[in-house]
Amino acid sequence: MSPTIIGIYVFVLSCYVGYHVIWGVTPALHTPLMAVTNAISAIVVVGAILVAGGEASSGAGGVDSIWVSAIGFFAVFLASINIFGGFVVTNRMLAMFKKKK
Amino acid sequence: MNMELSPDFFAVAYLIATMLFIYGLKGLSSPKTALRGNFAAMLGMALAVVVTLIHPEVKNYTWVLAGLASGAVVGVSMALKISMTAMPQLVAALHSFVGLSAVLVATGTYLAHGGVESLSSIARVELAIGSFIGAITFTGSLVAFGKLQEILKSNPLVFKGQRILNLILALSMVGLTVHFTLTQSLLSFALLTGIALALGFLLVLPIGGADMPVVVSMLNSYSGWAASATGFILNNQLLIATGALVGSSGAILSYIMCKAMNRSILSVIFGGVGIESAVASVAASAAGKGVKSASVEDVAFMVENASKVVIIPGYGMAVAQAQHAIKELYEILTEKGVEVKFAIHPVAGRMPGHMNVLLAESDIPYDCVFEMDDVNSEFSSTDVALIVGANDVVNPAAKSDKSSPLYGMPILDAYKAKHIFVSKRSMKAGYAGVDNALFYYPNCSLVFGDAKSTCESLVTALKEA
Repeated sequence: MSPTIIGIYVFVLSCYVGYHVIWGVTPALHTPLMAVTNAISAIVVVGAILVAGGEASSGAGGVDSIWVSAIGFFAVFLASINIFGGFVVTNRMLAMFKKKK
Repeated sequence: MNMELSPDFFAVAYLIATMLFIYGLKGLSSPKTALRGNFAAMLGMALAVVVTLIHPEVKNYTWVLAGLASGAVVGVSMALKISMTAMPQLVAALHSFVGLSAVLVATGTYLAHGGVESLSSIARVELAIGSFIGAITFTGSLVAFGKLQEILKSNPLVFKGQRILNLILALSMVGLTVHFTLTQSLLSFALLTGIALALGFLLVLPIGGADMPVVVSMLNSYSGWAASATGFILNNQLLIATGALVGSSGAILSYIMCKAMNRSILSVIFGGVGIESAVASVAASAAGKGVKSASVEDVAFMVENASKVVIIPGYGMAVAQAQHAIKELYEILTEKGVEVKFAIHPVAGRMPGHMNVLLAESDIPYDCVFEMDDVNSEFSSTDVALIVGANDVVNPAAKSDKSSPLYGMPILDAYKAKHIFVSKRSMKAGYAGVDNALFYYPNCSLVFGDAKSTCESLVTALKEA
């Protein structure tokens, strides 16, 4: 299998998993659901790290290297805002859903 | 870091991270397990980041660590400061960051590799798709943010030839993708990204008003697809799987929102409820029929002698910051032996579940907060329905009036209650711009004034009684 076909396998199966898991989420927690999915979609940070820390960015890639570093840095920065912002705000919201009696 | 770590090591670590994300989402099935779930997801993310940092391809840490650290500072301070009312804006802003980050990753990967070597045509297609999905997510979310923050008008903005223009743009984007696949030209990559940016603006501008919760959910879904597309570029299964989870989550939320408004996803995307039809219907029904108004004392008397009160909050409650006053109201009524329930329509507020968060913020126990389908059968045995800042979601015209733009939308059956009180600032129409037939019902009275001060004086009146 080519990497792309493996990717498509993973993609399709994950959509099924997502479909079943998400229908199980209670509607009361739909806002935290959005916030936490937001945080985990910042998984693009993995790609951003590879760009910012890659060979091209350390000077081996030629003229473009400063651009690649700058682009990579900005990508990591944005994804990092999402990770921290998303998880912290989700945590804040979920802490409010406590049973009081 | 020249340890010999096999590719399988990374694959297994990423698999564990994916499993932690799934476990995290599963935790949200109940408020009891939700915090633990969020913690699992955090762990998954930490694992993914740390493992990537020791990846042999990562050779230069300056930019990476600077980006992570500065992002952490901005993200945490934003998340701690934001008020619960402004949650939709924050979420929209965060979506735009994921989108832009995906564009940057595609661009950076292209510059790092495509500048010197020839890429396979599959790699080129993946770069192009990754870049344009990210770009549409980015500008689309910016517009949504602007509308929610009220920098932009929230009304749907529709102009002549809009659909044709969008179609032309979409087709040229596809054309450029083909051109880029054949030639690997920087110019066509830049152009297709630019067009996608414009398209993001144009696709969200015509959507607005009551459709905002759908837009936010849809962009949530796009941000997931953008992450998946980035995964295809990098041949990284973690990104593909995680993006698919997020993408399907957003898609399901959009579907739930559309269903709750009886709208098809296509009619939302091609936009425009709430302007044309609304004007006429307000004028028609406001004439002739009168509405009753009630004083706070009247309401106090009625709720105190009721055995069951259902409170229906809407976005107006959030705007007036009335949730804490409502909490006091809830407490004092419960003390007096009145059964109090909260009824929440799926599209109340400006994002899915927004009202639940606001009520939870003011410490109202979640087990007295009910979703539409669970509470609708109870209105016929309800003495007082108190509507605070909700409007369209209780409009009985959605059931009876075929000419109403809301017709067919499922509503909270507040009209079945013995007495209905609506706290309202003015006779203005709701977010969808449609007049509310409920106000003309004989068992309905309006309490004019700010939602917060109305609730506060209601509490005072109840304390004195």
